[in-house]
Amino acid sequence: MSSVVSAKNLNLTFDTGDGQVQALSCVTLDVARGEFVSFIGPSGCGKTTFLRCVAALETPTSGTLSVNGMSADEARRARAYGYVFQAAGLYPWRTIGRNVSLPLEIMGYPREEQRRRVKDVLQLVDLAAFEGKYPWQLSGGMQQRASIARALAFDADLLLMDEPFGALDEIVRDHLNEQLLSLWARTEKTCLFVTHSIPEAVYLSTKIVVMSPRPGRITDIIDSPLPRERPLDIRDTAEFIEIAHRVREGLRAGHSHD
Amino acid sequence: MSGAPNIAAPGAGIGRRGRLWVRAALLPVLTVVAALLLLWYAGAVWMNAQWTRDQAARAGTEVTLPLLLQDTLSQERPLLPAPHQVAAELYDTVIAKAVTSKRSLVYHAWITLSATLLGFAIGTALGILLAVGIVHNRAMDMSVLPWAIASQTIPILALAPMIIVVMNSVGVQGLLPKAVISAYLSFFPVVVGMVSGLRAPDAMQMDLLKTYGASRSQVFWRLRLPSSLPYLFASLKVGIAAALVGAIVGELPTGAVRGLGARLLSGSYYGQTVQIWAALLMAAVCAAVLVGVVGLLQKVVLGRMGFGR
Repeated sequence: MSSVVSAKNLNLTFDTGDGQVQALSCVTLDVARGEFVSFIGPSGCGKTTFLRCVAALETPTSGTLSVNGMSADEARRARAYGYVFQAAGLYPWRTIGRNVSLPLEIMGYPREEQRRRVKDVLQLVDLAAFEGKYPWQLSGGMQQRASIARALAFDADLLLMDEPFGALDEIVRDHLNEQLLSLWARTEKTCLFVTHSIPEAVYLSTKIVVMSPRPGRITDIIDSPLPRERPLDIRDTAEFIEIAHRVREGLRAGHSHD
Repeated sequence: MSGAPNIAAPGAGIGRRGRLWVRAALLPVLTVVAALLLLWYAGAVWMNAQWTRDQAARAGTEVTLPLLLQDTLSQERPLLPAPHQVAAELYDTVIAKAVTSKRSLVYHAWITLSATLLGFAIGTALGILLAVGIVHNRAMDMSVLPWAIASQTIPILALAPMIIVVMNSVGVQGLLPKAVISAYLSFFPVVVGMVSGLRAPDAMQMDLLKTYGASRSQVFWRLRLPSSLPYLFASLKVGIAAALVGAIVGELPTGAVRGLGARLLSGSYYGQTVQIWAALLMAAVCAAVLVGVVGLLQKVVLGRMGFGR
């Protein structure tokens, strides 16, 4: 298996008003092609910062980071990844279809190709009927699905998601998690997923990275033994509960340092 | 279709809502207008009374209350003309005169309006260009806005004659100098509003476009410009009112014979207070219409773009 994301001894220090904050400390991690990796930890543990480093939205202070065998910034310019933010961030003046085609326009895809891809990708997130609708006509969960479609529209095989369902309620979230898994199975993308929720992390991931703050670091990496095929009620099985327990232990251990 | 009214039809229910609106909004508005008119009449009697008394004293006659009321509200050159005198003057100069006549207020208003609109167009274009420069160029960001602010602290009444004289000396006369003064007043709110507007997209929106590897011009046309429109329209409302003030002020120092400013000036030369008030009211109506048109445009454009939903 080839490595899509490979980080070795990554450090990142922010200069803030009252001194330096070490957002990432000695982060070493390999993500293989086709994996679904969740990052979980309390605020300030560096999970979002790490994702932003992979996206070349932040620059590490030291250490090496390669994405698709390139530097993170080269990978960004090669459009190696799609990024889903916490808020959908759809343009209110564009229809859902035109929102999804935004990256395609910027990357200079031909018109016909844009139209085809928008159709395909909206089908993929179950929004085919909403192509001509405006964002305000959609619920929050549908808007977030549209933003995932936007990240899938171009051929990036890496999907970076920063708490994409954090602002949604539990029921919508469960539904979207289920859809995300089937999407992942069909598209065979590599996913990096930041979350606050233990059940979400365990349910989605093939690998769970537990992090803790001050300094932001990895405290545990758990390879999930759960099968790839996961119905929602897998969350009641003993295996699932055991992994969730280990994640919780990892989070607690991280906290005992301060 | 059956005889029953279709309550789901487009426009259904508007009639009732319309009547409710009339009852809810018209009554307070009319009350305020009536109170203002009453105050105006009282003010006219009070301010013009001295002249009536002086005349009576000179003629050796007694001033009775009915006589006082009658005289103060019908003087030819009152300190404060009564509302009906201004209304009569407006009727005479707006409706009774052909619009091509030099005595028609519509003709004068159009002279001022054309300078206003040209100045507003120049000022808006200049304001947008400066804002684009400020947002994209660090040197302009540091240098332009202080000068723009400084430009607005100079009293326009002091600057207007200089602009007219300088432009006249290079052979530019008529509409353009007035439009320049209009533009001078109207570009400022547009710069300030557009700088905020072009900077309105948050960090997440900017990051998203960065992940696509978007160029600066792509960011500008696809994100910054559309995001700035609510700010632009708010500025345009201020700007167009300022442009009208600029056009009128531009007519004052030149001894212009045409335009609302010229009417104000000649009215004050000859003590024609009724004419001054009529011109002032006309200017107010023009301002209201201009701001109203921009407001309507704002509503339509922003509504279509899905802002504020």
